[in-house]
Amino acid sequence: MNLIAAQGLTVALGGKTVLDSVSLAIAPGEIVTIVGPNGSGKTTLLRCMIGAEPLLGGRLERRAGLSIGYVPQRLQADPTLPMTVERFLNLPQRRPAVLRKGAMQRIGIADLAKRQITELSGGQLQRAMLARAIMGRPDLLLLDEPTQGLDQPGTAAFYELIAALRAELGCAVLMVSHELHVVMSASDRVICLNGHVCCQGTPEIVASAPEYRALFGLGTRGTLALYRHEHDRAHGHDLAHGHDLGSVHGPDAKATGDSAVPRRDGKRDASQRQGEAVRVDGSEA
Amino acid sequence: MLPEFMIRAGLAGLGVAAAAGPLGCFIIWRRMAYFGDAVGHGAILGVALAWVFALPITAGVLAVALCMGAGLTVLARRDTGTDALLGVFSYSTLSLGLVAASLITNLRMDLSAFLFGDVIAVSWDELGLIWGGGALVLILIGWRWSALLTATLGTDLAHAAGVDPGRERVYLTLALAVIVAVAIKVVGALLIAAMLILPATAVRPLVRTPEVMALAAVAAGMISVLAGLALSWTSNTPTGPSMVLVATCLFLGIRVLARFDPARRA
Repeated sequence: MNLIAAQGLTVALGGKTVLDSVSLAIAPGEIVTIVGPNGSGKTTLLRCMIGAEPLLGGRLERRAGLSIGYVPQRLQADPTLPMTVERFLNLPQRRPAVLRKGAMQRIGIADLAKRQITELSGGQLQRAMLARAIMGRPDLLLLDEPTQGLDQPGTAAFYELIAALRAELGCAVLMVSHELHVVMSASDRVICLNGHVCCQGTPEIVASAPEYRALFGLGTRGTLALYRHEHDRAHGHDLAHGHDLGSVHGPDAKATGDSAVPRRDGKRDASQRQGEAVRVDGSEA
Repeated sequence: MLPEFMIRAGLAGLGVAAAAGPLGCFIIWRRMAYFGDAVGHGAILGVALAWVFALPITAGVLAVALCMGAGLTVLARRDTGTDALLGVFSYSTLSLGLVAASLITNLRMDLSAFLFGDVIAVSWDELGLIWGGGALVLILIGWRWSALLTATLGTDLAHAAGVDPGRERVYLTLALAVIVAVAIKVVGALLIAAMLILPATAVRPLVRTPEVMALAAVAAGMISVLAGLALSWTSNTPTGPSMVLVATCLFLGIRVLARFDPARRA
């Protein structure tokens, strides 16, 4: 049973259709990433999931009693608002101190408890919001551009943390991102959005889908090369590739097959679709 | 021994300060200072309308403040040029109120009492109204405290937590209208927003959590009220502006202290 299922979501902002008949479903425990160019409706789609956006059409079904942990891109906190990280974790419900402490320790921000949230760096604030989100033992974590402003090691560490949290909490993760190469390796499923769902499936499939290439054009060369490289290695071909992302390729069983793909590269067969994902942080899972 | 009217004036000011503390915090956290000013200026129009329709002044001010609050909220949502728009409404309603009041001067309406307050003339009935309104505001904000804070940090954060930020905004606007209606007698339409903004802003460098800031703002407001009344009593200065000036001194004094005490710099 899906945690949340959207059917034909249509949303207009200021008279302009931002989402046009978008359908997607999130199953328990999977990590799904939405990629798409600026203005493609990624954030709007996430906002629909939390009921913050009035729907022009379509419907949204949530499993009864679904608990969502939401991590927005940023807070609107004004510097005139005094708020320690500890206090922030108590909003809106007061949580037991032991739960707060545990969450802060798990996310690695125990030393920030007394700090003002307006004094935190982007990455620290992101972690504080994540700690707040996991205290409610969510079935579904929603993350909006969680690694914006982080450097590459920081980004890789963040995705590793998300994967670990998924394993510990058993929650599904739906996130929005624009960091294609990292996203590709960290997700079970990728949804490519541009007002509508262009294509979706395992990272490998989406990376090779013509719709995806058309959307991201040259910018995805690295990504494509990365995956080509991966497949080359796995299957013994030897195609030329000119990327250098300093990646270490390790086997990773996260990727799962997905048949809900509109089109894919004709060269690939079913076994290749089960291919390995790639880590770019240089560490093995 | 203080005369009875001074005791009434002190109690009236304390009632306003108690409610203005926490409400003022939200006004500055949400950057609604201009919004509060606009609703405050609308009070003069409320006075004029109350006069024309022979209604109690408080009812007229409350009605106009509610309409201003609702109208401005809707407009601010549609329009991005909120600052300019608030200015337009703030000064149009103030001017409209002043012109309307001047047309009924033969009714000997004492305009300056409504512009700058006349707390010395507060009656026991009016004092009851002020304390009732203040209590209403405190109950409203106390009841919505967590939800209001969440919505202040982010509308999406609120939605995800099951808090409707639009509804919380309505509660705030309601509280603002009530405080404007009861504070007009104490500090006057022109200075109502000052009683909201100054005490809360003054104590900001001293506090680390929203709860402490709200309490500190109440204390700062009460000190301003009592010291302002004392200043007015000894130097025969207008009461409303005297209270605001004391709050200004608190603001400056705390800033200077915070500058020399790095541990308290916020």
